[in-house]
Amino acid sequence: MTTAPVKSNVPARSGLKAWLTSDAPVSRSHAKAVQLYLGWLKLYENKLAFLGFLIIVSLVLMAIFAPLLATAEPNAQDLSKRLLSPLSEGHLLGTDELGRDIWSRLVYGSRITLLIVGIVAFTAPVFGLLIGTVAGYLGGWVDQVLMRLVDIFLAFPRLVLALAFVAALGAGIESAIIAISLTAWPPYARIARAETLTIRNADYISAVRLQGAGVMHIIVGHVWPLCLSSIIVRVTLDMAGIILTAAGLGFLGLGAQPPEPEWGAMISAGRKFVLDQWWVAAMPGMAIFIVSLGFNLLGDGLRDILDPKKSQS
Amino acid sequence: MSIAESTATVVRRGQTSPLYKFLKGLIAGLFSITLTMVGLLFVTFIIARVMPVDPVLAVVGERASQEIYEAAYKAMGLDQPLVVQFWLFLKQVAAGDFGMSTLTARPVVEDIGRVFPATLELATLATIAGVGLGVPMGVLAAVYEGRWPDQIIRVVGLFGYSMPIFWFGLMGLLIFYGILGWVGGPGRLDIYYEDIIPPVTGMILIDSLLARDTEIFWNAVSHIILPASILGYYSIAYISRMTRSFMLEQFSQEYITTARVKGVSETAVIWRHALPNVMIPLITVIALSYANLLEGSVLTEIIFSWPGLGNYITNALLSADMNAVLGGTVVVGAIFVGLNLFSDFMYKVVDPRAR
Repeated sequence: MTTAPVKSNVPARSGLKAWLTSDAPVSRSHAKAVQLYLGWLKLYENKLAFLGFLIIVSLVLMAIFAPLLATAEPNAQDLSKRLLSPLSEGHLLGTDELGRDIWSRLVYGSRITLLIVGIVAFTAPVFGLLIGTVAGYLGGWVDQVLMRLVDIFLAFPRLVLALAFVAALGAGIESAIIAISLTAWPPYARIARAETLTIRNADYISAVRLQGAGVMHIIVGHVWPLCLSSIIVRVTLDMAGIILTAAGLGFLGLGAQPPEPEWGAMISAGRKFVLDQWWVAAMPGMAIFIVSLGFNLLGDGLRDILDPKKSQS
Repeated sequence: MSIAESTATVVRRGQTSPLYKFLKGLIAGLFSITLTMVGLLFVTFIIARVMPVDPVLAVVGERASQEIYEAAYKAMGLDQPLVVQFWLFLKQVAAGDFGMSTLTARPVVEDIGRVFPATLELATLATIAGVGLGVPMGVLAAVYEGRWPDQIIRVVGLFGYSMPIFWFGLMGLLIFYGILGWVGGPGRLDIYYEDIIPPVTGMILIDSLLARDTEIFWNAVSHIILPASILGYYSIAYISRMTRSFMLEQFSQEYITTARVKGVSETAVIWRHALPNVMIPLITVIALSYANLLEGSVLTEIIFSWPGLGNYITNALLSADMNAVLGGTVVVGAIFVGLNLFSDFMYKVVDPRAR
């Protein structure tokens, strides 16, 4: 609201800007670019969502440039400097029980968090999308069987199911990723099925079918694109949950194994001396909180931007 | 007259009677519940069987001789094919028997009966907080949509969603127990109060009142207040957000405009016209959040050493106590399915259209 007039008052609109805001796109890619740009403007206007966006960009940059940002090796122990308090010399956030620099461990830990979130946020929605659209499009007994399967997985408490999978697969970061993916897909299947039911009888689907397209071609090529926006919103809102579940598994000692600087495991290690050296447990918790807040803020904003049903106009 | 009568019967025959509809719905419902429960049991069963920890070793110990090991192996039915094992297990469950827990050496049913009240107590308090604060907050946010009360409530909610619960609990313990000393520490009671009052319901708050022991009652309150507030915060975040979006949906309806045009006061529009219509979907949301609290408070229970269901299942899982895991999961699944049924039923009570 406040930024828009300033921008449009720029004398002699640059060519790129005019092209990006054109209301008569000349090609599909042009239309897409306009769409993206307008979405970006809306995101920029929504301060909370933009803050979330900034947090996530910082997280990604932190993971990429970890060696430059860290002030020490994440696993370098120095027993003469155990449990130093924050802001002590050379240790911005203090040190843990083995004299490792907490800031550096947090910086490197962002890589583990991003790895888990990235893989889960890709596999779970794709699997859910596949199940949901197939169930919705084919209907009949396929629908019945698949949706019962979804019900069964939904009836489990998520963390207990993830715990059970990790216990079965053996503790470790790979098992944690598999377990979280296996527990995260059912809601996507529900959403995708609901969307599919509303579009399966559309004329354009019939047109494609009459041209002789196969079932999978129709589902992947013509149903999936229409389910994407609601799935993306859900993914962004789920990211925080994924991070929290991963941290929970790490906290229980079932996720990334020591000496990996996984944030949940770091809290678990700091739990023993929380009453005297609070920062060992507090700092990684702050990191988890800030990152999941970032995803929640962005997801909340994206829902307003991408979901036309929710917007008031 | 006769023509009218005969057409009436024809119409009635075409419609199917309400009783028939009800029975059909009941049977379909029961069938789908049974299917879900069997599926739930099957998934847990498979997980328990593929666990790398040897269940026989957990029973007989590391140093048992080969013969003892094999005898136990047979006694546990592990030499049978998986399908047979699953069938035997189903028959057992149907009879209400979950076998013995290898960890506590007691029947699993007894164990669950002992730990469940602790979880129930915690989840109920949290849900009361969630409904008592979450619903008014959601209404307030909807009324002031887009203005500062809405923004504040939104941020408070998002904070709740983003906080790692075990960390939140730990920091709560640090501040309110460690530094300020306002609340009791982990566990349900201080150690010297334990096992004094006779367990009637298993919920210490109620039992201590029944025994008229106010000292223990206040001690129990000081222990439960922190974990209940922390779980309650999550419940508030969820319920207030859902209330807000349901209320906004109602505000855009025409009957609200009509009421306003007729000059009904804004208070009456909100609390007497919009809110009753919101109660219907809200019941489902509350039931769902209650179910989640009953099953999902694993991490909170661990942080606060709360001897509840989540703690029990987790410990059982980590020590390959299969009977306990399976039993716990059945209870959890049954709670979930039961609360779903309850909210369906409440729908029909509250909303005449759904009958």
